[in-house]
Amino acid sequence: MVKAKPKPIGEIIDYVKDFDKVLVAGCDGCVTVCEAGGLKEVQVLASSLRLYFNKEGKRKDIEETSLTRQCDREYLEPLLDKIDNYDAVVSLACGVGAQFMAELYKGKPIFPGVDTCFIGSTQERGVWVERCQACGQCIIASTGGICPIARCSKRMLNGPCGGSEKGSCEVSKDTPCGWHLIYERLKELGQLDHFEAPTDPKDWTTSRDGGPRKIVKEDVQP
Amino acid sequence: MNTTTPSKLEKILAEGHLAVTSECGPPRSTDLDIVAEKAELIKDHVDAINITDNQTSVVRLCSLASCIRIKQMGLEPVLQMVTRDRNRIAIQSDILGAASFGINNILCLTGDHQQFGDHPSAANVFDLDSTQLIQTVKLMRDEGKLLGGFEMKKRPEMFIGAAANPFADPYEIRVSRLAKKVAAGCQFIQTQCIYNMEKFKDWMKRIRDRGLHEKVAILAGLTPMKNVGMARYMKNRVPGIDVPDDIVERLAAVPKEKQADEGIKICIEQIEELKEEEGIKGFHIMAIEWEEKVPEIVERAGLYPRPNLNGSQN
Repeated sequence: MVKAKPKPIGEIIDYVKDFDKVLVAGCDGCVTVCEAGGLKEVQVLASSLRLYFNKEGKRKDIEETSLTRQCDREYLEPLLDKIDNYDAVVSLACGVGAQFMAELYKGKPIFPGVDTCFIGSTQERGVWVERCQACGQCIIASTGGICPIARCSKRMLNGPCGGSEKGSCEVSKDTPCGWHLIYERLKELGQLDHFEAPTDPKDWTTSRDGGPRKIVKEDVQP
Repeated sequence: MNTTTPSKLEKILAEGHLAVTSECGPPRSTDLDIVAEKAELIKDHVDAINITDNQTSVVRLCSLASCIRIKQMGLEPVLQMVTRDRNRIAIQSDILGAASFGINNILCLTGDHQQFGDHPSAANVFDLDSTQLIQTVKLMRDEGKLLGGFEMKKRPEMFIGAAANPFADPYEIRVSRLAKKVAAGCQFIQTQCIYNMEKFKDWMKRIRDRGLHEKVAILAGLTPMKNVGMARYMKNRVPGIDVPDDIVERLAAVPKEKQADEGIKICIEQIEELKEEEGIKGFHIMAIEWEEKVPEIVERAGLYPRPNLNGSQN
């Protein structure tokens, strides 16, 4: 899932300080799972904003909501009728949800309430880790089910580099060396013989290098 | 004897001499004379001079311009190139540019992560890695093609090198990784600086067991210690460098003003010892900001004078 973290409150205050009626809109999808932008976080942010502006002696109307998904039109449409009741929206969805809201609610300022970070998984409560960079052409069949693009700091396809030390990346002792993990896994799978064949340069056209991407699945199109 | 390029380094190795290379780091300014001065200090004592490419991710005068300068001095440059800062378009363009100035050696590297340098907020590229850079140079040279398929009329004639670090982890993969670089087309290796001789010799044995020492010329990397502080720093702070306690203790045991001499002595002893190691084809002496000591090391290690290749030198 998409992982995000809440923006510093000061940044959000700065966005909304000139608006009287503000809607804080969460998303029940990915950002709820990573505890950055679900209903709970909406309530916490809205309360903090109210407290702050009250203390400053500024009257603000700050309302709360959370949508099933901000990245789907059907869940955003019900808000269309009410959106003119607000001067601005703080979206706690990922960058996709916030942008989609801006696309749909024309003329309404939409501010991001979270920083969208990566596609990843929950390692333990409160810890999320990156696992995929959405390169558009999955290669983990040949790397023991571990992605070197997401997990090697230099996205090497023929790693590990000379900076791998005791299982850690040269970038940080807290970051496992992706290629060390791949090696251990290939050994476990009895597939080390694949390791010595050089992997050719990757075609990055399916990644962000090819420009904004789009998937069309004709058989499900209306 | 067969050589694939006009490289003097390749010729010296092909003739069976122990090769000696060293490196110069360009300045963090436009003062190209600094490179020329460093090269001048070592030119009679080495066969080729590596020019580092923004080493440790610190912006410096570019390797290509520096290589051209020392080529124009009649010397033999080794163009170091990292894949961190350039995509395949820029990489191939620079290779063509280098070859057009008669630069015949390249050292293919991935490069340190930019967080270690003076621009940690930079984006990195890593379109290719070191192994793929080797493949690219080989394709350009042997098939006369660019990665995109275009066939060029005049090919770059590059003797292809890479680095190897026998001291990085996981250890058991380090021979396979070298084998992979050789399979990609690597012809010479300059190793990470060696201090742990026992581990290095074990790695060499594994290299020989695979017959890799006959497929690639391995140049042992050496960096003389200036003092015990440097030894401790490299032991504790520099990733991928293995400094055994006995080296630190040996330097600590002599008075401060004698430590530099002791460092040089250790380096010379290492060369003498490694000359006997089957599969070692030469030495890469990286005297970091201490280039003036290279002639002394080369002479005292019995590697001087350097071979004079008829008609091909200068």
